[in-house]
Amino acid sequence: MFSSTMFASILPEILILMLGMLVLIVEPFWKEEKRRNVGWLTAGGLFAAMLVSFLAGQPGEPTSAFGDMIRFDWLGFFFKMLFMFAGAATALLMMDHERLGKRGEAYLLLLASLIGMNLMAVSSDLIMLFLSIETASIPLYVLAGFMLGDDRSTEAGFKYLLFGILTTTIMLYGFSLVFGFSGTTDMYQLAEMFRVGAIAPLAAFGILALILVGIGFKVAFVPFHFWAPDVYEGSPTPVAGFLSTASKAAGYAVLLRLFFIAFPEPTLSASWTTTLAVIAAISMIVGNLLALPQTNIKRLLAYSSIAHTGYTLIGVVALTQLGAASVVFYLAAYILTNLLAFGIAMAFSKVTGLDDIRDYAGLSRRSPWLGLMMLTAFLSLTGMPPFGGFVAKVVVFAAGIQAGYIWLVIVGVLTSVIGAYYYLNALKFVYLYRMPNQDEENHPIPLSRPYAIALVALTIGVILIGTIFAPWFSWSDAGALNLF
Amino acid sequence: MTFPVLSIITFIPLAAALVLFVIPANRKNEARAVALASAISVLLLSLWVYFTYDQVGAGYQFTENYDWLPALGIGLRFGVDGMSAPLVLLTGVVMFTGVLISWGDDNPHVMAGIQDRPREFFAFLFILATGVLGVFVSLDLFMLIFFYDIAVFPMYLLIVIWGWSVTREYAAMKLTLYLLIGSIISLAGILVMFVAQYQNTGILSFDMLLMEKAGFSQAFQIVWFLPVFLGFAVLGGIWPLHNWSPDGHVAAPTAVSMFHAGVLMKLGAFAALRVGIMLLPEGAKYWQWLIMAFAAIAVVYGAYIAFVQKDFKYMVGFSSVSHMGLVMLGFSTLNEKGLLGSGLQMFSHGAMTALFFAVVGMIYDRAHTRQIPELGGMSKVMPFATVGFIIGGLVSMGMPLFSGFIAEFPIFMGVWQVHWFVAVVCSISIVITAAYIMRNIRQVFFGNMPEKFEGHIADITILDKVAISTLCIFMIVIGLYPKFMAPMVQTGVEYVLRLLGGS
Repeated sequence: MFSSTMFASILPEILILMLGMLVLIVEPFWKEEKRRNVGWLTAGGLFAAMLVSFLAGQPGEPTSAFGDMIRFDWLGFFFKMLFMFAGAATALLMMDHERLGKRGEAYLLLLASLIGMNLMAVSSDLIMLFLSIETASIPLYVLAGFMLGDDRSTEAGFKYLLFGILTTTIMLYGFSLVFGFSGTTDMYQLAEMFRVGAIAPLAAFGILALILVGIGFKVAFVPFHFWAPDVYEGSPTPVAGFLSTASKAAGYAVLLRLFFIAFPEPTLSASWTTTLAVIAAISMIVGNLLALPQTNIKRLLAYSSIAHTGYTLIGVVALTQLGAASVVFYLAAYILTNLLAFGIAMAFSKVTGLDDIRDYAGLSRRSPWLGLMMLTAFLSLTGMPPFGGFVAKVVVFAAGIQAGYIWLVIVGVLTSVIGAYYYLNALKFVYLYRMPNQDEENHPIPLSRPYAIALVALTIGVILIGTIFAPWFSWSDAGALNLF
Repeated sequence: MTFPVLSIITFIPLAAALVLFVIPANRKNEARAVALASAISVLLLSLWVYFTYDQVGAGYQFTENYDWLPALGIGLRFGVDGMSAPLVLLTGVVMFTGVLISWGDDNPHVMAGIQDRPREFFAFLFILATGVLGVFVSLDLFMLIFFYDIAVFPMYLLIVIWGWSVTREYAAMKLTLYLLIGSIISLAGILVMFVAQYQNTGILSFDMLLMEKAGFSQAFQIVWFLPVFLGFAVLGGIWPLHNWSPDGHVAAPTAVSMFHAGVLMKLGAFAALRVGIMLLPEGAKYWQWLIMAFAAIAVVYGAYIAFVQKDFKYMVGFSSVSHMGLVMLGFSTLNEKGLLGSGLQMFSHGAMTALFFAVVGMIYDRAHTRQIPELGGMSKVMPFATVGFIIGGLVSMGMPLFSGFIAEFPIFMGVWQVHWFVAVVCSISIVITAAYIMRNIRQVFFGNMPEKFEGHIADITILDKVAISTLCIFMIVIGLYPKFMAPMVQTGVEYVLRLLGGS
């Protein structure tokens, strides 16, 4: 019954679970001052798990496993690798956080959430999908509100929880309607049901709207974006970085599989692609415009991440193989870039305790390397070569144009100029302005070893994606091929 | 396999930038030496390319072709033709002279050049240079826009960090946003062309040589010519979109102004030619009148605004708008003489304006003012710079025996063939240019030196003199011996004309 393919299909999750148990066992035996080392264990373990899965768990032809509950293919595999990489980087960034670093349960929650995300990327059944979404979300609710006694963190956790529960309930209602109409929860069979017309188009559109609410919360596109700035600002910075990257990408993994596999019916897709296109346009406009007046770097990044959701959606709307590949590629570039940006914010606030963009004045003199990394992150977010963001944007725009959404691409083009304004404005503080006493030499920003490793790895990754883009793109493309 | 000279030229500055970042921040002279060494090697290699270019064979030469992203038909395709080889040489010259000018002077009275963080300065400048060279040699549209954007963003940092403290923040942001809007609109146009080619021919490729044969419909070309051409022409300082350029020039430090006006504006004009006119020729014919009108306005209006400037650097900045207008005017003729003139004007203006900005920078570093009425008598203390500026002025006025004449005369002939009226109107600019150049030479270099400058102004350094002579040599050689460059540009022009069909 239990074949080697089935084993390989959940190999990463098995490894993460083992790692989690190891963390749980080891942590109480370490003394208080050494407990930070759990972070090394988590990051190293995740990296090893990536390596092992990459060597032993590569998918071949797409297959279903566990009673058609999960789909074992390249799309899911590539997403899993991305999540685990993001998880490892986040674990490193958590190590020197004053409230998270020495708490073993924080790392455990991170790992639990990762298992959920990995399963989100491969679920091919609505029930499985719902379970994995909850597995991914619940630990994140706790992590967001982890800083007990800190009002803003508590608010963030609570807000995230309420929004999350509300929206996933609505999505679950949509799922139950799907089952009621069609009698199946399997995504691949659903496609067939739509083809034979078991569900009336209007009902299907209504169901889709309900499901979009849940996904919209995960990826933070516009009508469901309200939680993002407050939660990012209040929650511990590494957690905010994780929320804005891996969690969002997991939402996209679900979105891709649902809309490319389960609801591909042409008459149906015409209505929802138009809806999503409008949502994409509004997300780009609102995200970029609201980012303009922000003074807090985490809020700025929150609004910019809403805008980036809009760009990614262009690829989904295109509904072509290039579109799907561009979404995956965009997410890969975006995960690295945004983690880098949040990592810098974390490294900076750890030394100074400050989060305002104004406080970054003189950063390039206080720490030239941190300044350069911030330059990398922000220019990549702007969409400048030779960084990942540029190629990602080009591919997404190309997909949009290929599918005939020229108006949407033009909105994307114009809003990314607005984006350039506030990203460059932040860099102005880093490079031009100085500290009040102009004594930057006396206020260096030392990077502890985990931060240095994480930030350098992310910077190199951003540059690699932006210059040698062939391997990344062919992986994204191989994943996209599984949707057709 | 042949020696990949073009990719070496393109990536030398990038490699130098990476080396610079690992040099300790306080080793300023080492940083400068690395910069100079790489600038010299780029100059020598570009000279080698220039002189070994086979003018009889013409076409794209020194081609290199590496697959980069085969799934989307992106490749590192390099090659130069008669249009771009002079521009590669120009970039080499401006890099070399720019490094010399920025070397600095330890004399505490002067504080010329870049004294604050020269390591970062040269690193950013050279990243920019890689972008510039990459655009000139790219035969792949994706790579072209890739390098184009690399050339744009370091400008922001270079101006904002080392620029003139009064206007740098405003000017740098304005410049970057203008150029970004332009480049991203062109990018959208390029993607549309890419998709349209796929629909027409089934070829998924950014290769420009293939795209020349993509068979875009006339309606398509007419719709997309303007966004693509104007998007690039923003960087070329075309009239209604030129506003960023004088502000940017003035706010930038000397070497960056030289780069900016000398090379970067050519980048815009060159990309507008390569992508706009060569790939969408029907669109170019349709919109010819509009481009010509814009260019003519730039020529006359730029010259007039330069005439009324009190600030020396603004004057040079607006004169750049006027001269780049001539380049665009030559493009808009779409005939042999006009395009030939434009090709020569790009080189001639590049060298001339770099020289202007260098001299203006030298004066400002010593006198700490750029107000023309406050200056005077500079020829007594810096005779060498004076001679250099006069030569530049003669080029600017289009005097025979200098490169300006060789470049501007064909442009006017070409314009005359299309609309004699436009040629007459634009020739006014020659008179205005002569007026402001001569007036300023008299006021700044001759005239009486104000008392406050007596004894405070030091002569320029030997490095500055080398830089000035290098630039002057090219302008004089082209003027006296046009065969140095004209036949080569001619081969490039013939290629463009073939794409335009007929004539």
